[in-house]
Amino acid sequence: MAHADPTGWKRWVLSTNHKDIGVMYIWFAFFAGMIGFGMSGLMRMELAEPGVQFLPEFLGITEQQARHMFNVLTTGHGLIMVFFMVMPALIGGFGNYFVPLMIGAPDMAFPRMNNISFWLMPPAFILLLLSTVVEGAPGAAGFGGGWTAYAPLSTSGHPGPSMDLAIFSLHVAGASSIMGAINYITTIFNMRAPGMTIHKMPLFAWSILITAFLLVLSLPVLAGAITMLLTDRNFGTTFFDPAGGGDPILFQHLFWFFGHPEVYIMILPAFGIISHIVSTFSRKPIFGYLGMAYAMAAIGFIGFVVWAHHMYTVGLDVDTKAYFVAATMVIAVPTGVKIFSWIATMWGGSIRFTVPMLYAIAFILLFTVGGVTGVVLSNAGADIVLHDTYYVVAHFHYVLSLGAVFGIFAGLYYWIGKMSGKEYPNVLANIQFWVTFVGVNLIFFPQHFLGLQGMPRRYVDYPDQFAYWNKVSTWGYQITAVGVLLFIIVMGITLTRKKTVADNQWGEGANTLEWTLSSPPPFHQFNELPKIK
Amino acid sequence: MNVKRLTAGLAAAMMAISGFAFGAMAEGRIGAPKDKGLWLQDAANEQARRVADFNMELMYIITVITVLVFVLMFYVMWRFRAKKNPVPSKVSHNTLIEIIWTGVPIIILAVIGATSLPLLYYQDTVPETEFAINVTGNQWNWTYAYPDHGGIEFTSSVVDDATFADPAKKAAAEAELSNFLGWPAKMNARLLDTDNRVVVPVGTKIKVHLTASDVIHAWALPSLGVKLDAVPGRLNETWFEVDAVGTYYGQCSELCGKDHAYMPIAVEAVSKEDFAKWVERAKADYADASTTALGR
Repeated sequence: MAHADPTGWKRWVLSTNHKDIGVMYIWFAFFAGMIGFGMSGLMRMELAEPGVQFLPEFLGITEQQARHMFNVLTTGHGLIMVFFMVMPALIGGFGNYFVPLMIGAPDMAFPRMNNISFWLMPPAFILLLLSTVVEGAPGAAGFGGGWTAYAPLSTSGHPGPSMDLAIFSLHVAGASSIMGAINYITTIFNMRAPGMTIHKMPLFAWSILITAFLLVLSLPVLAGAITMLLTDRNFGTTFFDPAGGGDPILFQHLFWFFGHPEVYIMILPAFGIISHIVSTFSRKPIFGYLGMAYAMAAIGFIGFVVWAHHMYTVGLDVDTKAYFVAATMVIAVPTGVKIFSWIATMWGGSIRFTVPMLYAIAFILLFTVGGVTGVVLSNAGADIVLHDTYYVVAHFHYVLSLGAVFGIFAGLYYWIGKMSGKEYPNVLANIQFWVTFVGVNLIFFPQHFLGLQGMPRRYVDYPDQFAYWNKVSTWGYQITAVGVLLFIIVMGITLTRKKTVADNQWGEGANTLEWTLSSPPPFHQFNELPKIK
Repeated sequence: MNVKRLTAGLAAAMMAISGFAFGAMAEGRIGAPKDKGLWLQDAANEQARRVADFNMELMYIITVITVLVFVLMFYVMWRFRAKKNPVPSKVSHNTLIEIIWTGVPIIILAVIGATSLPLLYYQDTVPETEFAINVTGNQWNWTYAYPDHGGIEFTSSVVDDATFADPAKKAAAEAELSNFLGWPAKMNARLLDTDNRVVVPVGTKIKVHLTASDVIHAWALPSLGVKLDAVPGRLNETWFEVDAVGTYYGQCSELCGKDHAYMPIAVEAVSKEDFAKWVERAKADYADASTTALGR
């Protein structure tokens, strides 16, 4: 390399090093995730009992203010977890750190653009946080229209500047993600080590490649949709206002054309991570590698043609709904291929139950639960009673909170030794897994019952009949909070302790290129490109 | 197969637990959630029954799939743990099994589709109806109009917590509701009861026209199998019919702002004779729409 290793603040602020940028993304995701998790805590505490009592008491506001505040919390929780926690952790964090290592590249294709990609995230996050304290709905702070921001609630329903700040936040975060995606596509297409054909590439790199394509194709649609919101709000256009010939449903089509691929953007990198972990700790190569890679590609492609299954109750024409039912159900096929291939990878293996493996196994089991409830919801006929109820909340938290987030935990435990050179405290990490596992299931499984009984989402208060399972769900949150606390302790101990790990911490079975390097890897790796046979 | 019998048993047990409080109210049925309920609300018409049957079919299928995956995983974890199986196999392909696990799900999905799509068309095709109700969602209440009954129009708002907490206020609210209906009525549940109710005759197919005056709302009645968005600038259409006399509750199901949780829906289903009597009463009191115009 031509230049010296920078030190001090310059190393981070001016960083063009994919590993440093990856680490910053992970720290960023951690802090944002804590705020998002805290918001869900406020909501769950409020929902512990019927009536509105926790928020007014805790925040010192009136009941009327608390009703709006609750909606601000649901909105903030959703946006933060999607854009500022899961995506930065999986794509910006693990993607940046491990894609170049896995494909045998010295760095990303556009290191300076990589720097901008990261440094756009903190301002975007600050804009979002600012939006919660300026006026949104008349006389109340913050935007309370949900992460979906449906018009007209996000236009005439929230005349204050809060929504504008949220729109800017998404613009900036979207620009960051698009630049990141371009970087990944270029890197993966052009910088694979000699001999590493696309069909020999590790599955995590595959997952990031497909995710990057989804980002490049879907985020501009979101950017367009929220720009139209912005002009509707401020410059008198009427894209979504029927009074001027517009249509509120148009916004929903645009939003979900982005929004549905977005859920695969969040889960595909987790698929990649889980594949490596399952293979490593079974000491077997991935079963059906090509099937796994093309299953992800198929999920990505079909993900673009199913968006209106989020809109079964808006009054779509019946033939349209029939199409979206059929298309949506098709996604179950490649997803099933992945689940069964993971099991087949373990079959005949020599399985070690390390903490990352526990998370990976939990991922497979819980993603199955979230997947089959997805099949239920894909049917417009059944969705008519389940749409916008807690059944949906349970479903998407099973695939995202217990899916994508378990993928993040699994990846962290799998790679923390590689990234830091330190070994995590094993016993405490096992406890952390079990506490979190019990906690999140206790939060979300009872929500299926609430949804079947008809409890609508995004409700600050509910009829007393729903009290029991809400109470249980809140207990689950409290247990999960202990799990999160343990997670902080585990990571704190790991990063400060002396105990180091070998270059290949996991031994035979961990055979991707990152394990051929030192732990942590050198500042610049692969000065001589590895050759793949 | 054991697995199937086990899941069938589990599902039956769940049904039994959730179904214990079927109907059986003195003044007719109550269509509402139940304390500690686990399952769908009891179906009060053919639409909801078909949804419940379909949901049950899906429940069997997804339970079998989930149990299959869990059993396989736990078997693999036990059989191939490092201690028991120190030398891993090197198998990474098996074309036949890959074809099976791609093909079998397609067949299962086709089976689901064979029930799902006819149900969808049944729900979505509005049959010959006897009359229409126009429903308008407002922040945060519902306006109901009966265009085929002399333009009866009224607004239905939540009965607030203070009224529910105070027996005297509650009695007054019940008296007012009874006066509106023309027969004695009771308030059943906080956040589900409204000051006025939508009155409909039993055994009658009714068309619903939905729109909204400000933001999007959704008119939902779980026990009647109805849920449709009320969108400003659009007219959505659906239908329902109620089998038995009773009170059926629902709640707004599209986030609509601060009081989203405070705009429930209450439908009072009565005999055709009682409905005719109510129409005469309501015409006298509510047919002049000038004081209950859309919105506030």
